[in-house]
Amino acid sequence: MRHDLITLNQWIDTGSRVLDLGCGEGTLLAQLVENKNVRGLGVEIDADNITRCIAKGLNVIEQNIDNGLSNFADNSFDTVLLTQTLQAVHRPDYVLQEMLRVGKECIITFPNFGYWQVRLYLMLRGKMPVSKMMPYHWYDTPNIHFCTVKDFEALCRAQGIKILHRSVQAVQGADSKIKTPSWYSKLWPNFLGAHAIYHVTR
Amino acid sequence: MTSASNSVGIVAVQTVHFDQPFSVSCGRELPSLDIVYETYGQLNADRSNAVLVCHALSGDHHAAGYHSADDKKPGWWDNYIGPGKAIDTNQFYVVSLNNIGGCAGSTGPSSINPETNEPWGPDFPTLRVRDWVETQRMLADYLAVEQWAAVIGGSLGGMQAMRWALEYPERLRHCVVIASALKLTAQNIAFNKTSRTAISSDPEFYEGRYYQHNTLPRHGLAIARMIGHITYLSDGVMGEKFGRDLRSGTFEQGIESELEFQVESYLRHQGDVFSESFDANTYMLMTKALDLFDLAREYDNDPVKAFAEAKCRFLVISFTSDWRFSPERSREIVNALIGAEKSVSYAEVDAPLGHDSFLLPVERYNNLFTAYMQKVAQEQQSLSQGDDHAA
Repeated sequence: MRHDLITLNQWIDTGSRVLDLGCGEGTLLAQLVENKNVRGLGVEIDADNITRCIAKGLNVIEQNIDNGLSNFADNSFDTVLLTQTLQAVHRPDYVLQEMLRVGKECIITFPNFGYWQVRLYLMLRGKMPVSKMMPYHWYDTPNIHFCTVKDFEALCRAQGIKILHRSVQAVQGADSKIKTPSWYSKLWPNFLGAHAIYHVTR
Repeated sequence: MTSASNSVGIVAVQTVHFDQPFSVSCGRELPSLDIVYETYGQLNADRSNAVLVCHALSGDHHAAGYHSADDKKPGWWDNYIGPGKAIDTNQFYVVSLNNIGGCAGSTGPSSINPETNEPWGPDFPTLRVRDWVETQRMLADYLAVEQWAAVIGGSLGGMQAMRWALEYPERLRHCVVIASALKLTAQNIAFNKTSRTAISSDPEFYEGRYYQHNTLPRHGLAIARMIGHITYLSDGVMGEKFGRDLRSGTFEQGIESELEFQVESYLRHQGDVFSESFDANTYMLMTKALDLFDLAREYDNDPVKAFAEAKCRFLVISFTSDWRFSPERSREIVNALIGAEKSVSYAEVDAPLGHDSFLLPVERYNNLFTAYMQKVAQEQQSLSQGDDHAA
């Protein structure tokens, strides 16, 4: 299994209600339904992804999360997920607030712009980094709000969001199966982590 | 056409007679009922693969296939019912009926009232969507279908599917609601009223007793159909289809001629065909049932409370260019289902064809509808094998 998913699975209770924002083709949600027997609902805007979710038998709603989650009641989910999507929304701060209103706990994953390879790329080449993790050019990228581990934690502090767990992965690509030593997350996550995983609550 | 591999081919119309009084929701009674229906595909051994298709305002039991080898047009939902199609007749046993109050063979205003030996006409009881669900339940019992794999409908048909989920929650596993609404908006009721006024003000209408005068309110019914057609299409698709093209006459100065735009000719043709084939009293009755429908009325006007009754899974689909049953209306359905913590999927299909999109071939709609129904079919195979992990 992907290592970020192993991490994430520990934080989700069996049989709980899970809302996956920007669920893509439903890989994560299907895995959670299968292994954790969660009552899952996906939210997605891409037409083909929605069809793929339906083909997997998942519940999926076509909705743009940039417009908020006003159709979801307070505390109506145990966990709200936002994986590899935070950097693509128009107002990450607003989306986070909405997630924490709807869910008791939230799990957020994003590519860390403070990762040493990203810093090195920018320093040596003087150009916006393009990599396996960030494959777009600055002008065509859907990722309009890149942030670092430090930036994210500053926002959490400002919004009074409590960080329950933090984990980083050293290897680029969210689908890595290589386990990152846990001291990476403690020692210098903003430098060593390519990919950040946060478990937060109000 | 009929030999096409993805067609159900030539289909037979069947009739069931219920020789017992039927209590209508308005408090009156129909002494007996005839229901005409068609079926496509084979009912499996454990009777778990039956799908009910509910028709909309001007539909009937003939949803797929042809009635004869020289039949030019297939049934109204042939795009989505057939071998290998979204509602795959290799997997499902599909039941499609003409609702009572209709004019295609089931008991309706043009049927004879046994008490008077005259057609019911305007005296036919006022019907509600729940009356159709009740008669569909009678048909299900007659066909020995204990539980539908899915109840499916577009527009007014979607209202029937939702009502099924509340009235008989144990008797369906899936509910597919396409281009529908929890209730009509004031604008929608206004369109229906205008259509009814066109019919009732036709001198040939005779307050609904035109049968006795051996005539039909063709003119009024044609106008009603024209209004309907305009609202079922979108501005964009009408522009694309007809533009400002002329069918006859010329724009040239110095020549006085009778001008007719293509769109005029199209509407006139649609109106003419419809006014010969559809019953005006049925049109009045069906549009009133549409106006009356309000899924949550008896649940303190709270759709979340209404859907709390449901046990099935839901698929809701809307079309971006549909302004008669707009995506906003479908989102109200979806949000109520989310509020009631029901299983629901929702897609807002970008299609230019307006409300009529639900009848027409639209690639994305077809793909997701097919994907959903395939899961329904897989699930029922597991059910048949007694696999507990299916759901």
